[in-house]
Amino acid sequence: MIAVARVHLPSGLTRHTGGVDTVDVAATRVLDVLAALRDRFPQIADRLEEMAVAIDGEIYADPGYQPLRADSEVHLVPRIAGG
Amino acid sequence: MSKLHIETTINREPAEFLCEPHETLLSALRNGVGLTGTKEGCATGDCGACSILLDGRLVPACLVLAPEAQGRSITTIEGLSRGAALHPLQQKFLEHAALQCGICTPGFIVAAKALLDAKPDPSEEETRYWLAGNLCRCTGYDKIVRAVLDAASEMKGSTA
Amino acid sequence: MTAPRTFKYVGTRPIRHDGVDKVTGRASYGADPSWPGMLHGFVLRSPHAHARIVSIDTKAAEAMPGVHAVITGRDLPETTAQIALGEAAIDLRDIGDNALARTKVLYDGHAVAAVAATTIDIARQAAAAIAVVYDVLEPVTNIDRAIAADAPILHPALRTKGAPSAADDATNVASRLELKRGDVDAGFAEADVVVEREFRTPMVHQGYIEPHACIARCGEDGRAIVWCTTQGPFVVRDACAAIVGLDPANVKVVPSEIGGGFGGKIVVYLEPLALALARKAQRPVKIVMGRDDVFRATGPTSGSKVRVKLGAKRDGTIVAASASLWYEAGAYPGSPVGAGAMCMLAAYKVPNFLIEAYDVVVNKPKVAAYRAPGSPIAAFAMESVVDEIARELKIDPIELRLANANAEGDRAPYGPKYGPIGLQQILDAARGHPHWRAPLGPNQGRGFAVGFWFNAGMNSSATITLNGDGSAAIVTGNPDIGGTRAAQALMAAEELGIPVERVRSNVGDTDGSGYTDVTGGSRVCYATGMAVIRAAEDAREQLRARAATIWNVSKDDVGWEDGRAIPPAGTEKAAPMTVAELAAKMTQTGGPIVGRASLYAPMAGPAFGAHICDLEVDPETGRSRIVRYTAFQDVGKAVHPGYVEGQMQGGVAQGIGWALNEEYIYSPDGVMENAGFLDYRMPVASDLPMIETVIVEVANPLHPYGVRGVGEVPIVPPLAAVANAMRDATGIRFTALPLSPPRVLEAIEAAAAVPVEA
Repeated sequence: MIAVARVHLPSGLTRHTGGVDTVDVAATRVLDVLAALRDRFPQIADRLEEMAVAIDGEIYADPGYQPLRADSEVHLVPRIAGG
Repeated sequence: MSKLHIETTINREPAEFLCEPHETLLSALRNGVGLTGTKEGCATGDCGACSILLDGRLVPACLVLAPEAQGRSITTIEGLSRGAALHPLQQKFLEHAALQCGICTPGFIVAAKALLDAKPDPSEEETRYWLAGNLCRCTGYDKIVRAVLDAASEMKGSTA
Repeated sequence: MTAPRTFKYVGTRPIRHDGVDKVTGRASYGADPSWPGMLHGFVLRSPHAHARIVSIDTKAAEAMPGVHAVITGRDLPETTAQIALGEAAIDLRDIGDNALARTKVLYDGHAVAAVAATTIDIARQAAAAIAVVYDVLEPVTNIDRAIAADAPILHPALRTKGAPSAADDATNVASRLELKRGDVDAGFAEADVVVEREFRTPMVHQGYIEPHACIARCGEDGRAIVWCTTQGPFVVRDACAAIVGLDPANVKVVPSEIGGGFGGKIVVYLEPLALALARKAQRPVKIVMGRDDVFRATGPTSGSKVRVKLGAKRDGTIVAASASLWYEAGAYPGSPVGAGAMCMLAAYKVPNFLIEAYDVVVNKPKVAAYRAPGSPIAAFAMESVVDEIARELKIDPIELRLANANAEGDRAPYGPKYGPIGLQQILDAARGHPHWRAPLGPNQGRGFAVGFWFNAGMNSSATITLNGDGSAAIVTGNPDIGGTRAAQALMAAEELGIPVERVRSNVGDTDGSGYTDVTGGSRVCYATGMAVIRAAEDAREQLRARAATIWNVSKDDVGWEDGRAIPPAGTEKAAPMTVAELAAKMTQTGGPIVGRASLYAPMAGPAFGAHICDLEVDPETGRSRIVRYTAFQDVGKAVHPGYVEGQMQGGVAQGIGWALNEEYIYSPDGVMENAGFLDYRMPVASDLPMIETVIVEVANPLHPYGVRGVGEVPIVPPLAAVANAMRDATGIRFTALPLSPPRVLEAIEAAAAVPVEA
């Protein structure tokens, strides 16, 4: 299965991506998506480490090896703490 | 540095402890006698977590000097149940879910007992003002007030 | 996973299992135990808001009879706190420095030394004998000063993360975050009405009644035990080990009953100090915080400055929103401004927005989480402006929100699409409720506001042990703040089909329970609840296998119904067996039965609340009282309705206090002036009416019962609900909290002096 994840980048990062805010990445796991983003946009590598990842609406603070479904929608969001 | 030897009555039983002259009754109860049900929330008499009855009067134990207990009679939360029977206030707090973290609960129950001793049939407003000296941060007081009013209604007409 | 289901136990209101211990005073909280050989610790704290530590002389203290150990920042290993623990490494360095200052003190109350002695009096006297020489610096005590060009700098190496351009100047702005959609300028150009306001909120404290307290013991072999009141025993373990320089494998943390936390007991303050003293003294050390230190030196939440601009069409459709948020982080970076920015527009479909959020360090205590961190402040600003728009357009406040409300499939402001959410439902419930139409008396006003919180997921573990009599014991690692042990017992009883009275629910220590993230983020009923349900399912599967063994059939053919294993039709000499009957035969059928589960749950149970607040103002004194309050909330599934109501009422009360009276008051020198419950005025029973709660249940598809987190949402709407009620009662829009009597009176008198256009 080739999963193609549509990755949405928040506006705070798009100044480092030449305005690109949506990227399609062929990957089956989140860490592969993040690696692909780092390859393509090295300037955002640091910020990527601080972000959580929403996969089809479910937010993972530490997504790592989370699998992606076919046509997953991925958003990068700031990490949030509860209290 | 020599401690004072204090003889007193706690929860209907003779008790004694050693204390510094400047020590609070709260500290003597918790550390001297080992009755840790009475809690310290502020040590300045503002939160009610250390509420006890001293000769039947509701006081914050943090504002009473330990030596003042000499020859007097103290009621703490540990003295409210009789054997295996909970006091109606304790039972109603449980039934009404009137506690969450529970740290303020001993103070509230002692304070509520003092209220019902003085006024067996308080209104909601009287109950709220009487308990205004007890802080709770978890419940918003709604279920606490309901529990106290329900306990009052159950205790009316029966020997407490 | 969420077939509609009738529950036998879930949704009932049994008396909580730990209740009797709590109403009799037997329950053991942080400060209650005494250990043999215990010493008493006392912490010496900075009287200055901002200063360099020139020298600390502890010789006189160490020489005092009865003193067994004295520590300063030099006793804590600097390098250890920087081990790579992912991005947590930086945080740990700050947390370690916050626990005991090394080179600079950054707030009034910052710890500089600690003493362990045979009595608390000796410890106090010894601390007073420690000579600290400070080079006092100008303090920064508010946001405007912190971001000014000539501001004193707290951390010379700090640079703004996320700044538009790589600036290399020293700054007090730790980070900048931006959220954007569409084109705000075009959006505002389309608007028929535009409202812009700037809001201020003060630093406030969670106000838990139990101060921080702990006892630590460290043996000759480096093995340590920490007993403490905490929301996160595993956090205490890992943070203390790193800060003090111990192998975490040698640190066991035993959580006490906790007397309130609300986010403020997720971080460590005393625990590393007690451990370091215990290690040095080779005796157990107990430290209990005084209430003044709780205010000065733990983790309140940010004061803020928030600017909001909203544009709408005449029919009420919101077309554009822009906002700037500045939150105080306190002495080290890390305010919840990001969450505030993300929550601000969560309820509304807004096609064009630009939100910028700044994390600002100031010489105040390092802020910690406080119930939906960041969201109440953002909601205060946004919901006040929405209220203004409703007034300008003469549209009912609930109708206006319904017209713009997000629903399933709409995009959250931070990107992803919402799953099923109950916003529309709670708005409908509020609109139809008698409170909304009830008449108001003189000097009374009514306010409405909505609020949002994400509700966390994260790591949770659970084990369920079956006993030979068919009763069960649950162990999780989550301290019970709000009644989660009762909820867990209900869930286990439901899944196993045994009476809830035969289930004991326990909070284990860090060796006895599987790894779990904190009690907080409204996650325990959702994530740990899910682990309990799965552990019960695991136990149930084992029971089915035992029945199969007894009946000599295949496990696949064994049914399960209502707490009993059902034999396949036609099996000889086989009648259904209850859990108790199967458990009685555990030894003969394979050994003990222990169900276990561990999981990582995503953050996926977002929830909304809506509140109606009626308030009465005395125009002669400025004093106001809440006369009626109704809170509506989507909780997904109320496992124990009594405790769900309690969470809602408690959050409402905290929000009311934040709106009406609570604030940190500082002298110009940056010293806190009201560090006590007398002058830090929290609501008492006579301040509040009964708080009505309306529970709405829109199932969260990720949880087997549909549970959403419930604890944090209720603190989000009250700030604006109260302020909107005040606007209705007085005609005055207050943009700064708290609405304390002197401020309200001053504004009423100023308004009366000037002819006002309605």
